Amino acid sequence: MAGRGRGRGRGQLTFNIEAVGIGKGENLPPSTLQPTPLFPPMEQKPVPLQTGEEAEYMLALKQELRGAMKNLPFYIRPAAPKKDVERYSDKYQSSEPTDNTIEWDPDWKRLPKELRIRVRKPVKESNKCLLVSEAPAAPKCTKPPRVDQEEIIRKLETLEKKEEELSSDEEGQEKKKQEEEEQEGEEEYDEEEFEDETDYIMSYFDNGEDFGGDSDDNMDEAIY
Amino acid sequence: MRRPVSPGTRTTAAGRKRSRPRLRNTQRGGTAMTAQEVRLCGLLLQEHYGEVVEKVGTHLLKNRALTLRAIAHETGTPLDLVKKSLCVLVQHGLCVFVSGRRGVEYHLSCERVLRILRFPRYIYTAKTLYGDAGELIVEEVLQRGHMTMSHAVRTVADRLTQNMEEGSSMDYSEVVSAFSRLVETQFLQRCSAVIEPSSAALLTATVDAPPVSVIVPTLSDNHPDRYKLPQISLRGRGKRRLSSEEIEGDQRAAKRAKLDKDQTEPSGDEGIYWQVNFDRFHQHFRDQAIVSAVASKMDQTSSEIVRTMLRMSEVTTTPSAAYTQPLSANEIFRALPPSYSIGRPVLEQYLSLLVDDPMEFVGKTGDSGGGMYVVNLHKALANLARATLESVVQERFGSRSARIFRLLLRKRHLEQKQVEDFAMIPAKEAKEMLYTLLSANLVQLQEIPKTPDHAPSRTFYLYTVNPLPTARMLLQHCYKTVANLIDRRLHETKENKRLLEKSQRIEAILASLQASGAETAQLTEVEEMITAPERQQLEALRHHVNKLDSSENQVDETIFLLESYISSTLSTR
Repeated sequence: MAGRGRGRGRGQLTFNIEAVGIGKGENLPPSTLQPTPLFPPMEQKPVPLQTGEEAEYMLALKQELRGAMKNLPFYIRPAAPKKDVERYSDKYQSSEPTDNTIEWDPDWKRLPKELRIRVRKPVKESNKCLLVSEAPAAPKCTKPPRVDQEEIIRKLETLEKKEEELSSDEEGQEKKKQEEEEQEGEEEYDEEEFEDETDYIMSYFDNGEDFGGDSDDNMDEAIY
Repeated sequence: MRRPVSPGTRTTAAGRKRSRPRLRNTQRGGTAMTAQEVRLCGLLLQEHYGEVVEKVGTHLLKNRALTLRAIAHETGTPLDLVKKSLCVLVQHGLCVFVSGRRGVEYHLSCERVLRILRFPRYIYTAKTLYGDAGELIVEEVLQRGHMTMSHAVRTVADRLTQNMEEGSSMDYSEVVSAFSRLVETQFLQRCSAVIEPSSAALLTATVDAPPVSVIVPTLSDNHPDRYKLPQISLRGRGKRRLSSEEIEGDQRAAKRAKLDKDQTEPSGDEGIYWQVNFDRFHQHFRDQAIVSAVASKMDQTSSEIVRTMLRMSEVTTTPSAAYTQPLSANEIFRALPPSYSIGRPVLEQYLSLLVDDPMEFVGKTGDSGGGMYVVNLHKALANLARATLESVVQERFGSRSARIFRLLLRKRHLEQKQVEDFAMIPAKEAKEMLYTLLSANLVQLQEIPKTPDHAPSRTFYLYTVNPLPTARMLLQHCYKTVANLIDRRLHETKENKRLLEKSQRIEAILASLQASGAETAQLTEVEEMITAPERQQLEALRHHVNKLDSSENQVDETIFLLESYISSTLSTR
C-alpha cells in the first residue's frame, strides 16, 4: 500500500493541488536536481551600509578592541612546538613560554582551588635596572612598604631589605599553602637576560639567585 | 500552536532546503544551543582570547557541564592550558562553576559570549553619556572582565594623561566622578561576593564524597550593595608612561618609575569588583530604539515626550516589565526639558495623538492627574520586530512580496484567492511570490479540515505568518551571517598575511627612522619598498575589512532587536 501511486504520473500528492492554487495542467518550473550555486545572482541588490560619524567611530572602536585584546594577558597562545635543535637565536627571540604559569594575577578567592597556577609577572620592557630583580607576584602579598624618596642609597637599602622580607614571607606562606598540586615557590624569571644584546651585563650583575634553581634557558651563560 | 505539515515546502519547485535551525543540542537537559550559535561563539572566543580558549569554550558549549579533567581529556589540551583558559573565562564572567557530583563543574554561557559582539556599542554609549572618562572606564572593565574601582581609576587616568599635552595630567577626582555617575545610573555593578565555606561543610563533604574534598567559592545571590560605591580615597594624578629612551641613561629614574608602578598602596577596596551591567545598557538601547521609532513615525516633539516618559521611569521599571509605571500628564509636563516649552493643552493633544496611533506606543490607563499614561514597552518591541521582519522581506523579495507579507501579518489567515484579492496582485504573480516566501519559511500553510478524514478536496489551506517563530529563524540567520562575516574577514587577512607583515615592518622602520631624525631621502627610499600595486592591494584589503566590520556592527543591531522581542514575549508567557 505504501508503494502505490509511485511512478504513476508526476505528482501524486496527498492533497488537492487546486486548493493551493496550482491549476490543472499548468506549467510548473522544472524541479532542480542539484544544490543551488554558491553565489546565486541576486534579484534585489542589498541596501548600502550605514555611514556617518557614529558608524565610523564604532568601527574604529571594534578594530582597536580586537588589537588590544591580543596584547592582554588573557589572550592565550597554544604551546610553542618543540624545536628539533636548540638554537643560538632562541635566546634572543623570546617566545611566550606557555608552560604552567599564568601572566596575570586573578583573585584566587573567587576561583576553585583546582585552577590555581603559578603567577608570573609579565616582562617589563622599559626595565633596564638590574640591581634589583623584579618583585615576585605573590597572590596574598603583604602590604608593600612605602619607599623613602629622599636619597637613592637609602632607597636601595630599604629595597634590599624588603626583598629579603618578601622572599621570607613568601616562603612561610608557601609552606602554609601546600596543596595537591605542586606549588614549589614563586621563582623569579630573569627576563632581562633575554632582552640584552651582550653577555656582559648578565654575568656582571649576577646576584646569586640563579645559582642552583635555574631554568634551562640560562645554561648558555657563563657564570662568573 | 500547531506547526502544520506543509506539503508545499517538501515539493517546492525551487528545491531549496528549508532553512531551520539545525542540531538542537539538548544533551543533559540544558538550554538548547543551535549550531549557528556555537559556531559564532567559537569565532568570537578565538578572535578575542585565542585558540586554546576557543577549543575549551566550544567544547564546554556543546556539552553542558564538564569537570576540569574531562575537558582536558576530551579536548586533548594540556591541563595547565585548560586551567588558564578557565581562569580567563571565569574572569570575564563567561563561565560559572558549580560543585557537582563528580567535582567542580563548569558551564559556559552562550548568551554572554555573544555579548562580545556588542562591546563597541557599549563603549560608544558610555562616551555619549559620560564623555571620554566614561568611555575609557567602560572599555577597561570590558577588556578585563571585572576590576576594582581603584585599579580602573588609575589605569584610565594614565591613559587620559597619555593623550594630553606634555606637562599636564589627569586628576583622579575627575575619573572618580565619572565612575560614580556610571554606578549611580547602574551601568556598572558590583560582582557577587564570595561566601566563605564554613568548616562544617568541610567535614560533611569528606564523609560521603570522594576523598578529594570539593570546596568551591560560592557567590552569593542577593546583592544588597550592588550599586554602592566603596569608601576609598583615591588621590593623585595620572602618570605618563616614560618612553624607554629617557630611562636608558638614568638608572635612578628607572628605579623610581618601577617603584612607583609596583608599590601602589592598596586602596582599601580589595575584593570589591565591578562589572558592566549589560541589562542596563540594553534597557538604554531599547529606549533609544523606541524614541527614534516615534520620531520617524510622528515628529520630534512626540519623541521628546516619549523620551521624557522613559527617563522618568528608568529606575522605577524593572527591565522585563511590559509597561512603565503610570505617569500623570502633570508630571510629564513638569519633567519636559526646558528647550521644549510647549503649552499644557498642546501636550495633551500630543499625548492623545500618541495614544490613538495604531502602533500603540503610549497607552492611557486612567484620568487622574490630567490623565495617566504608560509606555507600552512590549508592544513597542513587537512593533519594532515586526518592522524588521517586513523590511527583511522587502529587501530580499521586493515590495510586492512585502505587501503580501504585511497583509498576512494583519489578517492572520488567508486563502490563496483572498491573498490575490486583498493584495491586488494578479493571480499568477501572487502564487509565485507566495511559494517563494513559503520555501524561505517566512510564511506557513495551515490546514483546516472540513471533514474528520482530512480529505484534501475538503480542506481549507490557509497561509499565515507567525511572528515569533519567524523572528527566531531570522535571529539564527543573523548569527550565521555574523559568523560568515568573521570567517570571510579572517580569510581575507590570511590571504594577504605576507603583505600585511611587510607593511607593518616597513612602518616600524619608518617610525624608528623618523624618531632618530633621518633625512627625507632615506624615508622615501624606505617607503618605496612597498610597490604601487602592493599599495593598491593593501588599500583594497583595508577597505574590505572595514566593510566587513561595519556589517558586523549593523547586523548586531538587528540581533539586539530580535533578541529583545523574543525575550519580552517569553517573559509574558
